[in-house]
Amino acid sequence: MNYSYYPGCTLKTKAQGLEACAFKSAQVLGVNLVEQEEWQCCGAVYPLAADEIGTKLASVRSLVAARTKGEKLVTLCAACHQVIKRVNHDMKTKEDMREKVNNYLQLKEDYQGESEVIHYLELLRDEVGFESLAKKVKVSLAGRKVAAYYGCLLLRPREIMDFDDPERPTILEKFLESLGASPVNYPYRTECCGGYLSIEREEVVEKMVNKIIDSALQQGAEEIVTACPLCKYNLENSSLCQKGEIVVSYFTELLAESLQVKEG
Amino acid sequence: MLREKITPDTTKKEIGQISEISDEKILDCLQCGKCTAGCPAIHGMDIMPHQVIRLLQLGQVDKLLASTTIWGCAACFTCLSRCPRKVDLSKIMEALRLIVLRTKGNQRLEIDKVPELLAKQIPQQAIVSGFRKYVK
Repeated sequence: MNYSYYPGCTLKTKAQGLEACAFKSAQVLGVNLVEQEEWQCCGAVYPLAADEIGTKLASVRSLVAARTKGEKLVTLCAACHQVIKRVNHDMKTKEDMREKVNNYLQLKEDYQGESEVIHYLELLRDEVGFESLAKKVKVSLAGRKVAAYYGCLLLRPREIMDFDDPERPTILEKFLESLGASPVNYPYRTECCGGYLSIEREEVVEKMVNKIIDSALQQGAEEIVTACPLCKYNLENSSLCQKGEIVVSYFTELLAESLQVKEG
Repeated sequence: MLREKITPDTTKKEIGQISEISDEKILDCLQCGKCTAGCPAIHGMDIMPHQVIRLLQLGQVDKLLASTTIWGCAACFTCLSRCPRKVDLSKIMEALRLIVLRTKGNQRLEIDKVPELLAKQIPQQAIVSGFRKYVK
């Protein structure tokens, strides 16, 4: 099946591993991800101000392109997913913004939030199915104690993201189980890593990430997986990670490993 | 005991700006404190999250604009997801930041800092976020 794919800035630079593994795995799973031709950076954070329209236009352009192709729009970076999904929700529900955006873009047909945005994990769960994924696993990750780290952007706000239970999510654990790994349950898996605060408040972030990693270690985790490049950076920058207590990788890296497509 | 009426000081223009930018209703807050209890970034704040709304209810914007709290919010939406009145505090924090940033000379991130950030291996996503959150 064909899907429009929105990569985002970081997946073409610092987080190439996240994307490469997702693409190789998708091929094996019979999913055809086609990168959008003229995607623009989503801006990395959803503009929370109700009076900001210009900063939301890049997302609308990608949403319109997906509508033209009649395909679902797949995201991989948690931040892009949050931005594009929330802008789509605005276009669906906020008449004032919808009118301004359409007046500005002058499309042949007004955009009203018709496209569907799904994250790669939702693609695996809802389109491929974790059961059929499990059948395609070549190298089981049996015995590996993996802590799933969700962070904020995929889960909250629940009403808009509609991804999983924001306090007790299970999608990453079910994903890990389908690869044969043993997911580790720990209380801080949905706690914020500090996100962009690492630009000017490193000392605040340091405390936040150490709490998360400490919590995972206490429950016996040997590695952490995440879907967000900034979460990965913040977690890896923590003193606990620097000491080599735990490794952090993208969930797609484990996926590619178990499907035996990671190398080459 | 000092009693203060919960009536926003409408003479303060910032109060109107905040409700316009955030599109949130500050009088919906009943001061239960769940936002403060669950805030993961609280150690970087000098005014607690529920107090932010209380001060707004009392029309005391200046304290907030000068606080470290508005720059310590990571916009993780934990407060919103736990709020029994569905007040989106992250939008109020954003409005407070924007009132500062939309005033000339208050930019917090210089373009010259980018090479230094890149050298730290910080992902592009964070730098883009920085320009969205600290510059207008």
